[in-house]
Amino acid sequence: MIEIKDLHKSYKTGGSSLHVLKGINFSVAEGELVSIMGSSGSGKSTLLNILGMLDEADEGTYTLDGVPIKNLNETVAARYRNKFLGFIFQSFNLISYKSALDNVALPLYYQGVKRKERMESAMNYLEKVGLKDWSSHLPNELSGGQKQRVAIARALASDPKVLLADEPTGALDSKTSYEVMDLIQEINEEGRTILIVTHEHDIAQMTKRIVNLKDGVIIDDTLVDQVKAQQYV
Amino acid sequence: MFSRDNWNEIIEALSSNWFRTTLTAFGVLWGIFILVILLAAGKGLENGVKQGFGGIATNSMFMWTQTASRPYKGLPKGRRYSFKISDVAAIKEAVPDLRFVSPRNQLGGFGGTNNVVRGLNTGAYNVYGDYPEIIQQEPMDITSGRFVNYSDINEKRKVAVIGDGVRREMYDQGEEVLGSYIKINGVNFMVIGTYKKKGNNGNMEEAQKQIYVPFTAFSQAFNRGEDVGWMAITANDGSSITELKGSIMDVIKSRHSIHPEDDRAVGHFDLYEEFSKINGLFVALKGVAYFVGVLVLLSGIIGISNIMLIVVKERTNEIGIRRALGAGPWKIRGQVLTESVFLTIISGMAGIVLATLIIAGINYMMQGMDTSEMMFANPSVDLQVVMTALAILVISGLLAGLIPAQNAIRVKPVDALRTE
Repeated sequence: MIEIKDLHKSYKTGGSSLHVLKGINFSVAEGELVSIMGSSGSGKSTLLNILGMLDEADEGTYTLDGVPIKNLNETVAARYRNKFLGFIFQSFNLISYKSALDNVALPLYYQGVKRKERMESAMNYLEKVGLKDWSSHLPNELSGGQKQRVAIARALASDPKVLLADEPTGALDSKTSYEVMDLIQEINEEGRTILIVTHEHDIAQMTKRIVNLKDGVIIDDTLVDQVKAQQYV
Repeated sequence: MFSRDNWNEIIEALSSNWFRTTLTAFGVLWGIFILVILLAAGKGLENGVKQGFGGIATNSMFMWTQTASRPYKGLPKGRRYSFKISDVAAIKEAVPDLRFVSPRNQLGGFGGTNNVVRGLNTGAYNVYGDYPEIIQQEPMDITSGRFVNYSDINEKRKVAVIGDGVRREMYDQGEEVLGSYIKINGVNFMVIGTYKKKGNNGNMEEAQKQIYVPFTAFSQAFNRGEDVGWMAITANDGSSITELKGSIMDVIKSRHSIHPEDDRAVGHFDLYEEFSKINGLFVALKGVAYFVGVLVLLSGIIGISNIMLIVVKERTNEIGIRRALGAGPWKIRGQVLTESVFLTIISGMAGIVLATLIIAGINYMMQGMDTSEMMFANPSVDLQVVMTALAILVISGLLAGLIPAQNAIRVKPVDALRTE
């Protein structure tokens, strides 16, 4: 599903240049649940941004579902993001003046789906994350866990190939973290490929594979025995 | 582009800060308000001044004889001559673009002696021998009876149409005017009509004290023979009398043995030229109105542009989210542009409505007044002005949104997402 070879990325700050990713080789098959770990500054978020086409690599190749991702202009990148990827953020990034339902429907709006269809489909996804009764609420009327579930529903709405989650539990207490992880595992069980960036070991243990990053290179890539979040809920 | 969802997005974005949106809108409202009010005031002034022409055919000139100022063909300078009635037909033939050529003879004049008698009343009036066309060149309301017609001309009937001022001085209140006789320089004329003239060019009092009689009867009664004292010439709508007057003069000069370059021999007054000068003044006035209005509008537009920049800045994070979810750059640009155009048009329309209400109010107040002395009448804006204003609004709304829209997509999505 995801295939990256010899990926390099450096940031220029003033006169000096910071080499963040120093040749990453990495692939993810369909249906995997992978966590990317590493201390702060190890380049894990940068990697995720490049995978999410929010940022571009300096060197190396990136193939997503057989499509080479290279030299995209912003219009094509936006279309690919919409079609291939769903994002889940640490700070939820819901649009504050839109209801939960409207937030979930947004990716479909950009796909040009008709309003009625869009709302129906968005409602289905909200139901899936257990928030059907909260569909008309604004984000600030929801708890952190609920917000993240709305964000997950939104990420799923466009039926993407890959879900990219950047510290999805970073702003949640451990109980809600496990609830969210339970939901993510459930979605993964349905066959969807998911990548999670995290620095929490217990969260990483709930995935099927852990990739460890340090100073811009992968130092460790192991399959793990998945811990089910269900038992903590 | 203009689906319900788009409108929802726009309304949501603009209504998130009502106070700021209203303040911003006020700038454009004020600009378009000034523009419309200035144009309407200019139009009112124009209407007022043109009302002073009283509906006179402005594409006209008046022509009279003076003395020859150059010797020509053995004739001395200082020689007097007179237009002949045959000149009229000759002018019409030589210059086909003329609508009317009206010859006129005249008795009396400024400060003239008493020339009209009726019973015990006497008065000094201008008496004109005219053709029926004169009423289309120098419009007047026939208040009773009729004006001179071609039967009067052909049969040389001694009939007269008198002004309202004449009626007041020569007749008692309520006395029957039509069918009565007045004596002009000793010759009896039957009154067949009365008139009242429009306009406000200062000598209205004088303009009501005139008497019109058929040209032919005048010539016969007062021994003018073939002579013509004066001509009023109007050109067809498509052509300008100012361009034609040269050839008219040439006809006169050749028929009366006047040196071709002797311009002082034929006196004339070109009404169209005067009218054009006044027209030019109003064109300039309109230009000033547009200039001032558009500049004021411009400052409003800059306000909108400014606020859109702030809105875009504030929503950097949101724009980042949208782009992560798959909004293309044109979607984002389009959103900012429509927001800016929408805000501009809404506030502009409010300005137009406000200005129109004020103009309507002024018109309502002026309704009862006699505007003939005020040089100001019926201030108004036509649909064309409103359309122009709307076009200006749309264009300026687009311009106002251009830089903010570009700003919105200039930030990389990843940086936008990082902004809080």
